[in-house]
Amino acid sequence: MSTFSGQTASSPDGNASSNGTPAASGAVDHGRDGHKPLQDTSVGKAAAGPVKWLDDRVGMAGLVRKNLRKVFPDHWSFMLGEIALWSFVVLLLSGVFLTLWFKPSMTEVVYTGSYAPLNGLEMSEAYASTLDITFEVRGGLLMRQIHHWSAMLFAISITVHMLRIFFTGAYRKPRELNWLVGVGLFLLALVNGFSGYSLPDDLLSGTGLRFVDGLIRSIPVVGLYLEFFIFGGEYPGELIIPRLFTVHVLLVPGLLVALITLHMLLLVYQKHTQWPGPGRTENNVVGYPMMPVYAAKAGGFFFVVFGVTALMGALVQINPIWKYGPYNPAEVTAGSQPDIYVGWVEGAVRIMPAWESQFFGLTWSWNVFIPAVLLLGSLFAVLAFYPFVEQWVTKDRREHHLLERPRNAPVRTGLGVGGIVFYGLLLIAGGNDIIATQFQLDIYAITWFMRIAVFAGPVIAFMVTKRICIGLQRTDRERVLHGYETGIIMRSPDGSYSERHAPLTPVQAYELTTQDRVAPAALPATTDANGVAAPHRGRSRLHSRASRFFGSDVIDKPTAQELEEAHAHGPDGDGAHALPPGDEEFTGVSETGIPKPH
Amino acid sequence: MRSLSTRRRHPLAGAVVVLLGLCLLGGLYSVFAPRPAGADSATDALVEEGRQLFLVGCATCHGLNGEGVLTDRGDNYGPALVGVGAAAVDFQVGTGRMPLAQNSVQAPEKPVVYSPPEIEALAAYVASLGPGPAIPSEEYTTASTDEELIRLGGEFFRTNCTACHNSVGAGGALPDGRYAPSIEDVSGRYAYEAMLTGPGQMPVFSDDVMTPEDKLAIISYIASIRDEPDYGGNPLGGLGPVTEGAAAWIIGMGALVVASVWIGTQGVRAKK
Amino acid sequence: MTDQPHHGRDEPGHEPMPEPGNEDAVAQVTPRAGDPLPDPGIGTHVPRPSDVDPALERRAERQVSGLFGLATLLTLGFTVAYFAIPEDATLLNSSAMNLTLGVSLGGALLLIGIGAIQWAKKLMDDHEIVEMRHPSASSPEDRREALAALDVGAAESGFGRRTMIRNSLLGAMAALGLPAVVLLRDLGPLPGDAAEKTVWTKGMRVVNDVSGLALRPEEIELGQLVNAEPQIVFENDEGEPLEGAEKQAVKAKAAVIVVRIRPEDITPPEGRENWNVDGILCYSKICTHVGCPISLYEQQTYQVLCPCHQSTFDLADGGRVTFGPAHRSLPQLPLGVDDEGYLVALSDFPDIVGPSYPTMPQDR
Repeated sequence: MSTFSGQTASSPDGNASSNGTPAASGAVDHGRDGHKPLQDTSVGKAAAGPVKWLDDRVGMAGLVRKNLRKVFPDHWSFMLGEIALWSFVVLLLSGVFLTLWFKPSMTEVVYTGSYAPLNGLEMSEAYASTLDITFEVRGGLLMRQIHHWSAMLFAISITVHMLRIFFTGAYRKPRELNWLVGVGLFLLALVNGFSGYSLPDDLLSGTGLRFVDGLIRSIPVVGLYLEFFIFGGEYPGELIIPRLFTVHVLLVPGLLVALITLHMLLLVYQKHTQWPGPGRTENNVVGYPMMPVYAAKAGGFFFVVFGVTALMGALVQINPIWKYGPYNPAEVTAGSQPDIYVGWVEGAVRIMPAWESQFFGLTWSWNVFIPAVLLLGSLFAVLAFYPFVEQWVTKDRREHHLLERPRNAPVRTGLGVGGIVFYGLLLIAGGNDIIATQFQLDIYAITWFMRIAVFAGPVIAFMVTKRICIGLQRTDRERVLHGYETGIIMRSPDGSYSERHAPLTPVQAYELTTQDRVAPAALPATTDANGVAAPHRGRSRLHSRASRFFGSDVIDKPTAQELEEAHAHGPDGDGAHALPPGDEEFTGVSETGIPKPH
Repeated sequence: MRSLSTRRRHPLAGAVVVLLGLCLLGGLYSVFAPRPAGADSATDALVEEGRQLFLVGCATCHGLNGEGVLTDRGDNYGPALVGVGAAAVDFQVGTGRMPLAQNSVQAPEKPVVYSPPEIEALAAYVASLGPGPAIPSEEYTTASTDEELIRLGGEFFRTNCTACHNSVGAGGALPDGRYAPSIEDVSGRYAYEAMLTGPGQMPVFSDDVMTPEDKLAIISYIASIRDEPDYGGNPLGGLGPVTEGAAAWIIGMGALVVASVWIGTQGVRAKK
Repeated sequence: MTDQPHHGRDEPGHEPMPEPGNEDAVAQVTPRAGDPLPDPGIGTHVPRPSDVDPALERRAERQVSGLFGLATLLTLGFTVAYFAIPEDATLLNSSAMNLTLGVSLGGALLLIGIGAIQWAKKLMDDHEIVEMRHPSASSPEDRREALAALDVGAAESGFGRRTMIRNSLLGAMAALGLPAVVLLRDLGPLPGDAAEKTVWTKGMRVVNDVSGLALRPEEIELGQLVNAEPQIVFENDEGEPLEGAEKQAVKAKAAVIVVRIRPEDITPPEGRENWNVDGILCYSKICTHVGCPISLYEQQTYQVLCPCHQSTFDLADGGRVTFGPAHRSLPQLPLGVDDEGYLVALSDFPDIVGPSYPTMPQDR
């Protein structure tokens, strides 16, 4: 049953005065004693003029009315996306600071700053200006480090937020579009991260740029031409840093702002999802209002994110470019890795076998193209298409505003964990030389292990996770039917042992039965009554197999009848005294298993 | 004197003359011949002391005369030390790498077994086995604070050393479980000797190509980055983006997830 | 819709009150068909200690204001530190300026955040509120009207009817794609054969990188590694060292490593038997995988490892790949000695230096 928001015919009746809108000052209070309406305070009186001036021109009261007390549900996992949002704001603020001193130029200059070991050395202006920000500008090193830490947190929090959305099924209709926007934001975050850390033109990021040069070269057919176009000639040329600067401060941030705005607008229009529970349905949102609670919590969280990032910038060193030295294509450092958010690509490139073939008169560098380009593209394609694939498999076209517990979708959760294991193994492979030296292992052995593990690991993780989810579902079902285990063992007169169960509260029991009932997957008929073969037989067979796989072994919640039977038989099935269903004030059981009076 | 000339036709007179000539020649030679390395009595004693120490602690693997011991397969149990020079011994024994405690992928640095005079003796003995690199003079192993030298040293360091030892000298991985060790705390003398003699898998950087001045520049640079403060805060081991990424996930994301959980949880209620 | 008598907010039986803007809010309590248990509803609100006890409320207020006040002090500390601390001062083996500015700024921001959140958690009203959802789709009426408007507008424009206008317009729009692409032509030059050559020529001396010292065979010992460059980097035809982008481009392709190996351990590829000088070999320093410089040379195994992705090349065996993702062998530079006794190249690299590319000449 859906209702329309906004005025309904019956609303301004006797309910109006009892609704609590303070029509006359002092008429009703919501437990806030001595509440003086805002328009009567000194601030309100002073602001009344300008506010009216504005509203006369833009008519914003309608928007304010609808959105100022907008309800947001309360759960810690809903704040992960906010970490990304606030990190982006920190990036903008610290980034603008840096642009005031940074020179995006590869012109060679001689360094004459205060960092002695590099004094008198030839380097690009980009590197020299970054050294100046670090050593000459007060607060410059702090801002550089805040910028880099918040870039890491931006990419990492997007990943964690995306996983939360995935595991709770929040990407289902009507939010598929927002999921796609999010995948786009994820990609842009990685691009901006790479372009950003390449700007100082130090040895470490220059080595990374060389890798990207080889990557571009490996693109089939046009690789060399693309390389010369992007670098403006032979590597490294003089144009790549200024071009990356434009990408990093103008093009990608512009796209990011546009997409983040779209992301937020969709969230406001469709309202946030919520966990199922007492009083929460597909048709409402239960939580706290934007003003003042969420304004305070979200606004406060911005300061927390900024504060944590600033503290990291003060206490933990990141990207000490003065130690790496200026970029020199004949120099390299051991332990050359990109930033961690693209570390998985690095891992894939390290474990890839040396495949290169020649046909049609061209060279095809699979050893670089597959892990660096194809893998990256495939991951984003899989992410982008997943909601639509799942919808095709489950044929579920309803709107979903209630989240699903991960255990209630074992295959989805298993796929997600398999994906995490794949990503994690590649990430570790990307740091294989650090792991080799720190843990005294053979680097070749790590590479070989990873070559096999990145295929076997996700499969094993999928199977294990799915079984764990099904086990948890079974536990939930048992708890609903028979109550929770009290740990008190009873011995019956005929010598058998059983454990005393105590019933759950109605709230607890309800929370365990809010998932959808498992719909049986019907096998489509391959021929109709007259023996005519159904069209798209292959596709529908594939679909039925996929659908059965997706819903396989899922434990359904108990029906009302099963619940009655369970309660009638008593928790131990032996006709023993059935404990009455508890109520909200359930205070536990005594030593003999009898519920305590309240 | 008449007795000598009356016996000039004695049958043994020829033999006596030859004997006298030999003694004269031998005496002249012993006075005028150049001294071989360590030929005087003080260094002789040192070489002998070194030989005694060698026989006890080194000969099992390196042979009784430092000629090396081969395994059945034909590779080295302990390599020949003829020609490795005093510098190699000073480095290997002075950093505790030798004597080797157990056979592993490479000889690790460990607590030094011999005292400095003993090491000097061992070095002198091995040097006497054949000419090889000598222990460098302090002129080239004491780190200088000259800025231009440090800058030059940094250039050499980044071109020749960082590929194995990393930008701050924290070390790096090599094939088959071997590694380039950390050089953050190495003394100038051992750094010089390592470059000169190429211990283990480390290549040689001869004095003709990388001159003693160049080596001093590198040593000065290593000392300067060692003494330098970590301007930005805790350096996380100087291992680069891997540890930085781990810190971002664990410290940064960890703190913020803790904050999220705190924000999202209901506080204390007035009654249970 | 709802006809509930008005209850005090915390009294039993009270339904959550609709909020301004949510006048139609109501908590659904009708169970869904097939559900075993009914929805118990949001339940009565349990107040916090600060809602009930004024002393605790004041304490919470003091706590929150204290946090904000401390944040202000830290911000003032930041301002003082910015001007007072000398730039080269160190504290706890770190830059004193960075540490104090960061801790004061970060601490102030964090305390403001914690204060705001504590305010919300302890003092702001925490009754749960219900807001109704609306279907995401537009109403059928809106859809009808929108479609009608579109239909009228399209009909009036004649776009569908006047096919000649339509087709020519579409053609013009499509053609506009051409300038967008063509204007990018001068992003870079065509590669030509630039990737097939380096600056190495016959007779060019091999010199030590950084110092520019020319190399003599007798100065290179067994097990030695020299990171080297072509002499042109330090001394071009006018006697001047290369600079800027030109220097970087030359180093990115022409950097080499020179090693000395026991001659009996060398297995040269066919035709390359005299490319070494008494066991002194010269190879490109640029990895054939994606171009990182290599100089992790192991003097006893004759292997050289690239630190980027662990491609390993055997220098005693013609630079053949023994592990890792690189496919092509490391290019070898033929070495000779000039009449003054210095090491020189005998020609340019016959193999392609650096990463492979699709239009690579296939015989090299």
